[in-house]
Amino acid sequence: MQFPILSVIIFTPIIAGVLILLFPAERKTEVRVTALAAATFALGLSLWAYFSYDIAAGGYQFVEKFEWLPMMGISYHVGLDGMNAPLLLLTGVVMFTGVLISWGIDDRPREFFAFLFILATGVFGVFVTLDLFMLFFFYEIAVFPMYLLISIWGWKETREYAAMKLTLYLFIGSVIAMVGALAMYFTSGLDTFDMLELEKAGFSTAFQQLWFPFVFLGFGVLGGIWPFHNWSPDGHVAAPTAVSMFHAGVLMKLGAFAALRVGVMLLPEGAKFWMVGVICLTLVNVVYGAFIASVQNDFKYVIGFSSVSHMGLVLMGFATLTKTGFIGSGVQMFSHGVMTALFFAVVGMVYDQAHTRDIPHLGGFRKFMPMVAVAFIVGGLVSMGMPGFSGFVAEFPIFMGVWQSYPWVAVIGAVSIVITASYIIRIIGKVFFGQLPEELEGHIHDVTVLDKVALVFLSGILILLGVFPRLMVPLVESGVENVMRLLGGV
Amino acid sequence: MDFISSHLLTLILFSPVFAAAIIFIIPREQENLIRWSALVLSCIPLALTISLWFGFDRSLEGFQYQEMAVWYSAINSSYHIGVDGISLTMVLLTAILTPLSILASFSIKDRVKSYMILFFLLEMGMLGVFLALDLLIFFVFWEFGLIPMYFLINQWGSEKGEREIWGGRKIPARTYASFKFMIYTMAGSLGLLLAIQLIGVVSGTFDLPELYKIWPMLEKPLLGLPVSTVKSIAFWAFTLAFAIKVPVWPFHTWLPDAHTEAPTAGSMILAGVLLKLGAYGFLRFVLPLYPAESNYFAGALGFLAVMAIIFGAFASYGQSDFKRLVAYSSVNHMGFVVLGIAAAAHSVGSENANIAMNGAVLQMFNHGLSAAGMFFLVGVIYERTHTRNLNDFGGLFPLIPVYGGILMFTSMASLGLPGLNGFVSEFLVVRGSWPVFTVYTALAMIGLLFTGAYILRGIKQVLHGPLNEQWVGHLSEINTREILVMAPLMVLMLWIGVWPAWILDVINRAVAMLF
Amino acid sequence: MVSGNFDPSMFLAIFPEIMILVLGLLILLFDLFLPKEQHDKLGWVTAGGLTLIIIGSLFVAQPSGIGEQIFGGMLRHDGLSFSFKMIFLFSAAITAMFVMGMDKVGKRGEFYLLMLASTLGMCLMSSASDLIMLYLAIETTSIPLYILAGFMTEDDKSTEAGFKYLLFGAMTSAILLYGFSLLFGFTGTTNIYKISYGLQMGSFPIVVVFGVLLLIVTGFIFKISAVPMHFWAPDVYEGAPTPVAGFLSTASKAAGFSVLLRVLLIAFPGVLPYWSAFLVAISTLTMTVGNLLALTQKNIKRMLAYSSIAHAGYALIGLGSISSLSILGISSVVFYLVAYVLTNLAAFGVVAAFGKVSGSDDIAAYAGLSRRSPVLALTMMVAFLSLAGMPPFGGFVVKFIVFSAAVQANLIWLAVVGVLNSIVGLYYYLTVLKVVYLYRSEDEEKPLPIPRSYSIALCVLVFGILAIGIVMSPWFNLSTAAAHALF
Repeated sequence: MQFPILSVIIFTPIIAGVLILLFPAERKTEVRVTALAAATFALGLSLWAYFSYDIAAGGYQFVEKFEWLPMMGISYHVGLDGMNAPLLLLTGVVMFTGVLISWGIDDRPREFFAFLFILATGVFGVFVTLDLFMLFFFYEIAVFPMYLLISIWGWKETREYAAMKLTLYLFIGSVIAMVGALAMYFTSGLDTFDMLELEKAGFSTAFQQLWFPFVFLGFGVLGGIWPFHNWSPDGHVAAPTAVSMFHAGVLMKLGAFAALRVGVMLLPEGAKFWMVGVICLTLVNVVYGAFIASVQNDFKYVIGFSSVSHMGLVLMGFATLTKTGFIGSGVQMFSHGVMTALFFAVVGMVYDQAHTRDIPHLGGFRKFMPMVAVAFIVGGLVSMGMPGFSGFVAEFPIFMGVWQSYPWVAVIGAVSIVITASYIIRIIGKVFFGQLPEELEGHIHDVTVLDKVALVFLSGILILLGVFPRLMVPLVESGVENVMRLLGGV
Repeated sequence: MDFISSHLLTLILFSPVFAAAIIFIIPREQENLIRWSALVLSCIPLALTISLWFGFDRSLEGFQYQEMAVWYSAINSSYHIGVDGISLTMVLLTAILTPLSILASFSIKDRVKSYMILFFLLEMGMLGVFLALDLLIFFVFWEFGLIPMYFLINQWGSEKGEREIWGGRKIPARTYASFKFMIYTMAGSLGLLLAIQLIGVVSGTFDLPELYKIWPMLEKPLLGLPVSTVKSIAFWAFTLAFAIKVPVWPFHTWLPDAHTEAPTAGSMILAGVLLKLGAYGFLRFVLPLYPAESNYFAGALGFLAVMAIIFGAFASYGQSDFKRLVAYSSVNHMGFVVLGIAAAAHSVGSENANIAMNGAVLQMFNHGLSAAGMFFLVGVIYERTHTRNLNDFGGLFPLIPVYGGILMFTSMASLGLPGLNGFVSEFLVVRGSWPVFTVYTALAMIGLLFTGAYILRGIKQVLHGPLNEQWVGHLSEINTREILVMAPLMVLMLWIGVWPAWILDVINRAVAMLF
Repeated sequence: MVSGNFDPSMFLAIFPEIMILVLGLLILLFDLFLPKEQHDKLGWVTAGGLTLIIIGSLFVAQPSGIGEQIFGGMLRHDGLSFSFKMIFLFSAAITAMFVMGMDKVGKRGEFYLLMLASTLGMCLMSSASDLIMLYLAIETTSIPLYILAGFMTEDDKSTEAGFKYLLFGAMTSAILLYGFSLLFGFTGTTNIYKISYGLQMGSFPIVVVFGVLLLIVTGFIFKISAVPMHFWAPDVYEGAPTPVAGFLSTASKAAGFSVLLRVLLIAFPGVLPYWSAFLVAISTLTMTVGNLLALTQKNIKRMLAYSSIAHAGYALIGLGSISSLSILGISSVVFYLVAYVLTNLAAFGVVAAFGKVSGSDDIAAYAGLSRRSPVLALTMMVAFLSLAGMPPFGGFVVKFIVFSAAVQANLIWLAVVGVLNSIVGLYYYLTVLKVVYLYRSEDEEKPLPIPRSYSIALCVLVFGILAIGIVMSPWFNLSTAAAHALF
C-alpha cells in the first residue's frame, strides 16, 4: 500500500491542534514551536504531493478510499488531480506563513493555533475529497473555527458583528448547497455520495437546471459572489492577520472550488444553462468590487474588496466554460491565495506598528520596514495583473476564455484592471512612500525575522509563478481536461 | 562559445537581471562600489549587443538569433525572441544609453542600491519589448517596464514642486507625474491587452511570425461581427496603446509631466528608449498585423503626427522651464517618426514608403541620442543651479564654455542641422512622406521651423544674452564624468550625420521585408 | 409474533427493567445504612449500577433478529425498544453522575430512586405494545419526573416547575387516555399491533380515525415538547434542578419519540399520508417557534429548553418523511435521538457544572469561562456546535441524515426549512460561545472546580459525540436495524 499522503496532510493539522491543546496554557513558546513544526511538515508534504503528481498520467492520484457509512453510500474518498493540487499547496503555504506571522499572538496562543489548525484540516479535506458528504463535512469544519478566531482575536470594533455575519452567511450557503447535494443523491438512484460515480449519473437536463443555482450560489457565497459577498470584507477586516490570510487566501477558494466540483462538474447541463447569469454576477463582482475597493479609506477594507473583485475573476473563468477560462481560474485561485495572504500579512504588520488602518493617517513606512514595502509592491503588481507576476498568467487566460464566450464582458471586466492599478498605486504611494505622520514618529519599527521569512516566501512564489507559469499550468491543464470532458467539450 | 552564440539574445535580455542580482547583494552602505559595479555590469549587455551587431547577417531577411522555449503551453504562448534590423537598432540604442544613464546617475545620493536595481530591471523590460517575437511575451515586457520607471519618477524625481489636484489638495509633483504616467500607459495597455486576447482566442497562437501569416488573412466573421469591423477595433486598440506611449497628440499630456519630474537619468531613458517602444510597436505589430487597416487609417494617423509636430513645437516654444521645453521637443520629434510610419502605411510597397520608413526608424535612433543628451545637459545645469527656469539663466557661455559648446552641439543635432544625425532622418521622413501626404508634410515643415525657433530660444536664454550675475562664481564647469556621458552620444550624432549608411544598411533590410 | 404462552426466557427480555428495580432497592438500602457523610457514594452506585445493567443487557437481553411480543402481547421485545432502553439507561447513568455533584440533592437516596423509577417507566414505554401497558408506563415515567422537577422544595421556581409539569402532564394524560378509550371502542382491542387490523375492518371514516389519532398524538407531543404542547418546557427546565432538566430534555423526550414511532406506524398505517402531513406541519412549527424564541433568551436553561423544542422539530422531520418506500425516516429519527441525547446531556452537564460554582444560569454569567476553565469551555463548544449541526460532531451527521430523509420523501421544502432553522440555531449557540470565549469578567481568576463525576461524564459524552460524528457507520447501522425491527 502506498503512503497515504493525502490523509496525512489532512490530519496533521488537527492532530497538532489537539496536541497543542494538551500543553499547559503558559507554555506559549512550546505551543508556537509545535505549531510551526506541524505547519512545516504539512507544507513539505503538500509540496511533495504537488511535485510528485504525474501530469502525463492525469486523473486522480494518491487515491484513498474507505467505506465510511456504507448504507448511505458515504465513503472516505480522497484524491489529487490538477485542479486541487495547487490548492493543496496553497493551503500548505498559507498555513506555514500564517503560523510565522502569528508568532506574536500573546492572548491564548494555544487556543488560537488549535482553532487555526482545525480550520486547516477542514480546508485540506475539502480540497482533496471526492465524496460529496465528506465535502460538506470538511466544509463545515473549515467554517466554524473562523467564528471563534475572528470573534476572539479579531479587531475589537467589529469582530462580533463580522464573525457572526460571516458564519451565518457561509452556513446558509453551505446548507442550501447541501439540500441540492441531497437531491442529487436521491435522484441519481446510485446510493452513493461518491462524486466520481455521481458524475456518471446522467441527471436530466431539467433537474440540472433546477438545482444548479442552489449548488453553485450556495458555494459561491463562500467564493464571494455578488450579491452575497457582503460578509467577506467585514470578515477580513475584523479577523486577526493570520486568519485574514487564511480566510481570503484559502477559504474563499474553498467556495469557488466546491462550486466547480459540485456545481459545474456534477451538473454540467445546469451550468451551461445558467452561465449567462453567473457571468453577469461575476462581472459585477469584478468591476464593482474593484471600484468599491478604490474608494475605501481603511487599508484592510481595500484589500477585502479587492478580494471580492479577484474572486469574481475566478468564478468568471468558471462561467466561461472554456478550457482557457478554467485554466486561468485554476491558476488564479492559487495566485490570488498567495497574493492576498501577502497583502493581509502586510496590512497586519502595518497595523501592528501604527495601530490604525486609516490610509490618510499612514505614510512613510518604507523607511522603517523596507521589506514590507517591497512585498506589498509585489503583491500590488500581482493584483493589477502586471505581467511577470502570477496575476498575469492567471488573469490572461480567464479573459481569453471570456473572449471566447462573451466578448463584451471581457471589455467591461478589463476596466477593473485600471481601477485596481489606481488604488494599489495610491496605497503604495501614501502608506509606504508618503510622509510619516507626526503622531507615528518614533513608533514604527521593522518587522521580525519570521515575518520577513513569510513575506519573502510569499512574494517569491508570486514572482516564480509569474515567470515560470510552467510550474503550474500543465498541472492545472490536466485537471481541466477532466472538467471539459464532463462538460462534453463545450 | 556555442552556448553564447545560440543564446545570445537571452543573455542580452537577462544580463541586466543578473546585474541587478549582484547589486542586490552588495551592502547598501557601499555606495561607490554599487555605482561602479552598476556601470561595469551595464557594459555586459552593451558588449553582447555589439557582438550581436557584428554577428548579425545583413544579407538575410527575417529574424535572426531566434530562440524558442515553452512558456505558457496552455494558451500556446512561448518564449520566442529574435532580432531583425529594426529591433537590432533599438537594442543597440538601449544598450548604449543604459551605461551612459548609469554614469549620469552617479550624482544620485539617495538609496543608490534600489535605484540601480530598478534601472537594470527597466533595461530588461525595454530589451524584452524589442526582442519579443511572441505577442504575450511582448506584452509582459511592455507592462513590466512601467514599474521601474514609475518608481524612478516617484522616488527619485525632482523633490520640489506641487500639483493641485481636484479638491484643491496638493500633492508632490513627482507623485502626480508618476501616477499620471502609470495610469495613462496602463489605460492604453488595456485596449492592447484586450486586442491581444482577441487575437489569441481567434488565432490560437501568440507567435508573431505565425500571426503575420494568419491574422491579416482572416476572413471569417468574428464574434458575430464582420471581420473588418473587429479588426478595425483591434487596430485602434493597438494604435491607441502605442500612440499614448509615443506619444502622439492628443495623448501626450503625461509626457511633459513625467519628463520634468523624472530624475535626469530617468528622463534620458524615458526619452531615449521608452518613447521608442510605442513607435516600435507600430512597426512591429500594427503595420504587419493590420496592413489593410493601417493603409485605410494612415491619413488619420498622419494628421495626428502633424499635429504632434506642430503643437509640440509651439508648446515647446512657450515653455519657461528648460526641461519642459526639451520634453515637448520629444513630442515634436516623435511626431516625425509617426509621420514616417503613416506615410509608409499609406503607400505600401512604393519607394516613398521605404524611404519614409527608413527615416522613421533612424529618427527613433537619433532622437534617442539627442533627447538623452539634451535631458542630461538640462540635468547638469539643474544640479548646479537648482533651477530649470530659463528666465533665471542668461549669458552663461562665458562662465561654462565647455558645457556651452556641448549644449550647442547637441541642440543642433536635435534641431536637424545638416551634418548631424537629426538632419538625415528628418530629411528621409520628409522626403518619403512628401509625395504621400503633401499637405501634412508641408504643415510639418512649419513645425520644423518652430523646432529651430524653440531650440535657438533655449540656447539663447541659457547661454547668451545679458549675464545673470547671480551665477558668477557659483557655477562650475561640466566635469569629466559628465563629459564622458556626452562624448559617446556626440560621437554617434556626428558619425550618423556624416555617414549614416552603416546603420541604414541594417534598417533598410528589415524595412524592406516589412512589406 | 405473539407468543401467548409464558416462557421463562421472557424474563431475559425484561432484564433491564428487573435490574433497575433491583438497583432501586439497593439504593434504598444504602440510603438507610450508609452513614450520612458517605451519601455522595449513592450517585456512584447508581451510575455504576446502570452501567453494569447496560453491559449485562448487551449480553443477555439482546433481541433476536425479529421482534416478538411477550407477556401476552403486553410488551414487545425488539431492536427498537432495546436501543431506546440503552439510551434511557445511559442518560440515567450520566444524569446520576451530574446529580452527584449537586449540593442539595446529590446526597438524597430518594432522588436516585425516583430517577430509576422514571427510567423503568421509560423502558416500558419503549417496549409497550398494548395501550394499557403503554398508559401505565407513561404514568410510571411521569409521576417521578413531576417530583424530580419540584425536588428543591425551598426553591420557588423548582416547586413551580414541578407543579406546572404536573398540571400539564395530567391534562394531556387525560386526553391521551380518552383517545385510547375511543380506540378500544372502535377496534375492540388494546394491542397496538392489532389495532391497525381492527381499524381496517371497521372501515371508519378517515376523519374519525384521524380525530382519534390526534387525541393520542396530543399526549405524545407533550412528552416530546413539540409545538403547540411546548409551553411547559422552558419554565420546567428553568426551575428544575439542572440535571433533571437534562434528563427531561433527553431521555423523556426520546421515550416520547419511541412511543410515537410505534403507535403511529403500527396502529395507524392506514392514514399514514395524513399523519405524516400533520407531523410535517408540527415539525415546521416546532423548529421555527423553538428557534425563534430561543433567540431572545437570557437564561441558558431557558435557551436550552427552546433549543430542545427545536430539536424535537428536527427529529420530527424524520418522522414526517416516513414513506412506505423507505425506512430512512425511522432510522434517521433513532439516529438523531442518539446523537441528540448525548449532546444535550453534555450541554446540560456543562450548565450544571458551571451553575454549581457560579450559582447563576444567566448567559451573561458565562463571560470569561474560557479563561477560567478552558476545558469546560471546550466541552461546551463541542456540545453547542454539535447542537448547531457542525462536523465533526454527531449533530452534523444526524442532521444530514434527517434532511436526507426529507429530500428522499420529496419534502425538499421541509429540508430547506430545517436548514434555515439550523442557521437561526447556529446564531444563538454562537452567541453563547461568544460570551464564553470573548467576554471578560471579574471572576476570571476564581477557580472553577469540576467534580470528578462531572469530568468523567463529560468526557464520555464528548467522546460519544465525536464517535458518532466521525465513525458514524456502526451507529447508523444499529439505528437502521432498530427501525427494521419495528415491524
